[in-house]
Formats: sequence, structure tokens, C-alpha cells
Amino acid sequence: MSKGLPETRSDAAMSELVPEPRPKPAVPMKPVSINSNLLGYVGIDTIIEQMRKKTMKTGFDFNIMVVGQSGLGKSTLVNTLFKSQVSRKAASWNREEKIPKTVEIKAIGHVIEEGGVKMKLTVIDTPGFGDQINNENCWEPIEKYINEQYEKFLKEEVNIARKKRIPDTRVHCCLYFISPTGHSLRPLDLEFMKHLSKVVNIIPVIAKADTMTLEEKSEFKQRVRKELEVNGIEFYPQKEFDEDLEDKTENDKIRQESMPFAVVGSDKEYQVNGKRVLGRKTPWGIIEVENLNHCEFALLRDFVIRTHLQDLKEVTHNIHYETYRAKRLNDNGGLPPGEGLLGTVLPPVPATPCPSAE
Amino acid sequence: MQDKEYVGFSALPSQLHRKSVKKGFDFTLMVAGESGLGKSTLINSLFLTNLYEDRQVPEASARLTRTLTIERRSVEIEEGGIKVKLTLVDTPGFGDAVDCSDCWLPVVRFIEEQFEQYLRDESGLNRKNIQDSRVHCCLYFISPFGRGLRPLDVAFLRAMHEKVNIIPVIGKADALMPKETQALKQKIRDQLKEEEINIYQFPECDSDEDEEFKRQDAEMKERIPFAVVGSSEVVRDGGTSRPVRGRCYSWGTVEVENPHHCDFLNLRRMLVQTHLQDLKEVTHDLLYEGYRARCLQSLARPGARDRTSRSKLSRQSATEIPLPMLPLAETEKLIREKDEELRRMQEMLEKMQAQMQQSQAPGEQSDSL
Repeated sequence: MSKGLPETRSDAAMSELVPEPRPKPAVPMKPVSINSNLLGYVGIDTIIEQMRKKTMKTGFDFNIMVVGQSGLGKSTLVNTLFKSQVSRKAASWNREEKIPKTVEIKAIGHVIEEGGVKMKLTVIDTPGFGDQINNENCWEPIEKYINEQYEKFLKEEVNIARKKRIPDTRVHCCLYFISPTGHSLRPLDLEFMKHLSKVVNIIPVIAKADTMTLEEKSEFKQRVRKELEVNGIEFYPQKEFDEDLEDKTENDKIRQESMPFAVVGSDKEYQVNGKRVLGRKTPWGIIEVENLNHCEFALLRDFVIRTHLQDLKEVTHNIHYETYRAKRLNDNGGLPPGEGLLGTVLPPVPATPCPSAE
Repeated sequence: MQDKEYVGFSALPSQLHRKSVKKGFDFTLMVAGESGLGKSTLINSLFLTNLYEDRQVPEASARLTRTLTIERRSVEIEEGGIKVKLTLVDTPGFGDAVDCSDCWLPVVRFIEEQFEQYLRDESGLNRKNIQDSRVHCCLYFISPFGRGLRPLDVAFLRAMHEKVNIIPVIGKADALMPKETQALKQKIRDQLKEEEINIYQFPECDSDEDEEFKRQDAEMKERIPFAVVGSSEVVRDGGTSRPVRGRCYSWGTVEVENPHHCDFLNLRRMLVQTHLQDLKEVTHDLLYEGYRARCLQSLARPGARDRTSRSKLSRQSATEIPLPMLPLAETEKLIREKDEELRRMQEMLEKMQAQMQQSQAPGEQSDSL
């Protein structure tokens, strides 16, 4: 399944399978098949080209959140993923970076362009997560932020005079960084993913994977997968949202063999075999970030950006957002938030996050 | 030797040596730090044993409610005719939980319990076979993934640095490029200074060592905290095709004993080969004496500040051994008697002074004392 579709308004009808956009001829060709049901060429297949043109003009939003203890290379990885300095990084050790006492949410937006397509990328950083002595409930500010974005979108949606294009600040993807201990998940990892996998797409990655040998990596991944399964944690791509058999086979392979991706990030280039590659230079060798024999960065990049970008947005909109919306409406007696029976105004968004649907 | 200039006590060191070889050597090493930093692998590499063979690391869900435990493992190692009884103290569960508040307290208590046991044995009647279970050294593992010491590291080190010799090491150092290692070490050194944490200071070279040795020694000390890599496997390094202890990656092989790759050799040399005895001595002369002084001081002042610790001590003692045989109570009794004597002498002095004033003999100061 390759979804190169541009962003559309929630319509389910538009989420059909389409191949990678290929250069289209200027004049649509007549179909070759003699068994065509059409009595002539109508031209509905040009819709793809029209959509592509529209997307290039309007661009699209993508919001990615990174969560994990400090020092696991989150910012470096995001910069490597999008090949630009999109994440603020405590690059130099000398800088006085104090660990914040509570989890902070920092969203930074950038517009990046490729092949005429503009993407407004927002990277949401969560410094302070998991760094304290007592990390009880340190996921709460994160859950609150995610729900606030759903609330913002909901408010816009129920407006009488709606904006033509609702600005989408909802978190489409949450990269959760697992520390490469080699043993198993840490209790905090389990707690976070248990709470958040029902409200946002979580993609677990094994950070700084250059400390594990091939066997250690494969054993660790197996153990992590098993632990997630035993604890009922569904990471993206969730089994229940596979649309058809083709999706299921493709996603099964990713879920059961590749994930969680063991990655290495870098913003430095070195010369290897006459080429300049992104990597890390150690006295015993150079680790190449984009070399599949060294780490799975390329797999993660292809997965998040090249094949599943649109699906991430759609699952966020059609599933996570809808769940939130339904809960809010139910709590309000079937009415949109802010309105009550006979015109009374009901209380605003609860301060505590909505309990996730079980 | 029949030479009349020669007395013969220069043979003392070799006599001591022979005695200690016969007696054997005890050493207790504690290993601490969050799980997954390569502690067990490093210990196996350091002592070339497989102390952690049947180890089973519990999964995350089991660790959710697990509290910190203290585990002791002993092994007898023999090398060159010298027997060493090495006891390893492990702290599984440290730093694992979501809420790690006060998780270092059981460790601190454990160390103090060893001191207390030694104090009791030392004050007791049968002192021939005192078992020294005091912790002589604590290897504290710092994560290479963080940006220096984490809040938990600082809390642990501050609770422990006056009670045990701490040697901080950076575990899994093959995660770092050389520049990163340097920066991390510097950051840790700065933080240790800022938080006023006293780690074990390797003693100065003897002044009669040659310059080269002194230079090497200084260079080695600059590498603290040591960035180590451990391995329990011997691999065949592709380049030189000789077997080395190391880790095989697709991009190269890390050699544990290569000083350009990590500081393992330094750690082994300084910890095992040259400073085992010094660590024991510092534990006894400095850390234990500090504990002992604090303990006895609080006993000597009944009703003073440390009432709680004193009563805790006597309560504990009372439940374990019948009162008359209690060594600690004996010491307490002695101190009380001395105090009483002092008080009586003071009273006498005051009485005499009062008498002198009453006698009103001008100029006559009879010294009746």
C-alpha cells in the first residue's frame, strides 16, 4: 500500500488506494480495454492529477511528537528524518541545559518543501519526560496537550461560520524512544504507552541502537514486542484499523518483524568509500545511518514519510479524533461543547484529560 | 645474615606478604546503577569469571511493583598463589520504578549495617575471626545516553559518598564517539564538583617513582570517570584475526582491552591491580572510623541529639543477645562510669573552691588538691 495522496477533508470516499503519482501525460489517453463499461472516455481518472495539483498549491500539515528520556537522540533523529534542522537541539554539551522539573511541551513549526510540495511540519518536543526521580504521571501533560488539540479542532468544526481549511494541530504521530538497555521495556515505557496508545498513534523506536549487536537487537525487539502484546498495547499500525487484506499483510510484516525500529541518528557527514554519508565515527568503524546493515533508520523514514504519512493523518482524524469527539458529545448530552439545552452554556473543557476509551 | 650492621627487619614486608598469602584476601565490591548499563557484563570481564550465569532479568510488568533488593554473591578467585574471596553486592531494581524516591535508602542502610556489625564485633570478646563484610568500594554506573548525571544519580551519590568509596564509571561506552566521551566526562566532573560529591581519590604516586610512571599515572587519573565496555565473549577481530575480548558490530569490532576504544584496562589496573589494598584501608581508616565516631558520640551524650539512633541501637542489641553479655552495652557502661567519675570529680572541685572562699584567708591559697 502506498499512499501518496495529499491531505483531503475527512471524506472516506477519497481514501482509495492509489499508486505513487507518476508523471501524467498532458492529454489523457483513451483506455485500451475493449471490455470497458463506459461508452466512451469520460475522464474521471484525471481526478488524481487534479488532487495532486491542489495539494501542491495548498500544502499540508504534519505534526510529529517525540517522547523519551533526555539524551536519547530525539532531536537529532527528527532532524535526520526530515533532513533539516527542524528540532531545537542541545547540540553542545557545554550549554547549560537544565532538566525541567515538570514535563514541558514545546512545539516548533517549519515549512519544508520538496518537489513542489510544501509541508508545514510541526515537531512537538517533551523535555523533562522520565528524567525526574519521581516520574509518576509524567505523561499527563502530554495527554492533556493531545486532547487540547482535538478540542481545538472540535470547536472549529462545530462553528457556524467555519474556516475553509481548519488548521490541524492534532498530533498525527508520536515517536516513543525506548532506551537500548538490552533487557526489556522499563516500567515507565509501559505506563506511558498504556495510557497514550488509545489517544494517539504511537510508533516505538529503539534509540541509539549502535550499542547493540545484531543478536542483541533481535532478541531485544522480540522481547519488547512480546511485552507490548502481553500488556495489550497497540502501537501504530494498529491491527484493528487494517482496512483490507493487502493492508493487513503489509502491516503484519512490519508489526511482527520490523518494529520497533532500531535507529541511529546523526547530523554529521563522513567519507565512506568515496561517498559522503551521514554517520557516527568511532575508533572501531563508521556507523552509517542510512545503511540497512547498520541500523533501521531508512526503514523508519520510509515507513513514516514515504508510505504511511497520509495514513497516520487519516487514522488520527477518523479514529482518534472521532473517539474524542464522540466522548465529548456524549458527555454533553449529544450536543456540541459550549451549548446546552435551551441555550444555557455548559462548562468548558475539563481540566483533566478525558479518560481514554477502553 | 651475619653482618653486624644488618638487623633484619627489612624482611618484614615479605613476612607480611607471606602471612597475607596464607590468610587470603577479602574484598567486597558493590555495583550500582540503573539496569541495562552493562554492570554484570563488566564484572564478568573484570574478574574473568561468570558470576551472573543463571541470571534472569524480570520483565517490565514484573518490575512495576518490585522494590529494590540487595543481593550478595561470593566467589573465590585464585591467581599466582593468592586467594581472593570476592563478594559482589548487587542492587537490582535500582532506578527501575516509575517513582524512585528514596530508592537509595535500603542501600545506605545496608552499608551502615555492615559498619554496625563490624563495630559490634570489634567491641566484642572474641576478635580473632572478625569477618569483614564492609563494602570496600562501590562502582557506580552512569548512563552514556544522558547528558551527565541525572537527578537520581546525584541523589544516590550524595547519600553514599561519605559512607563508601565511590568509583563512577560510564557504562556501555561504545555508544559514544570520542568527542562525546570527553564532553560527557567533563560534564560529570563539573557536576560532581558542583554537588560537592567526594569520589574515591586514587592516591598520589610515591615520589621515588620515575617520571614516565608519574606521567602515565596522571594521564590515567584524567580519564576519570572511566568509560568502559565489557564483554563476556572472545571474538575474532576481522582485521588482525587474533582473538580478542570484544563486541562485534557490522561496522567494526570494539576491543575491550584496547585503550583507544575504552578505559577498561585503566579501570582494571587501578581497581584490581594497584588499589585493592588502599580501598580497604580507606574504608577502615576513614569511612568506618567516621561511622564509629558518630555512633559512639551519640551514645556518650545521653539525652542529646541522637536519641533515636541510640535507642535504636540498644533496642536492637537487647533483642539479639542477653543483656550481660552485650559488648555494646559494656562500652556504654564504661562510658557512663567515666562520666560519673568526671561528675564526682567536678563536684569535689566545686566543694573545695567553695571551702577556700569561705575560709577567707587572705593571700593564703591552700592547694589541697
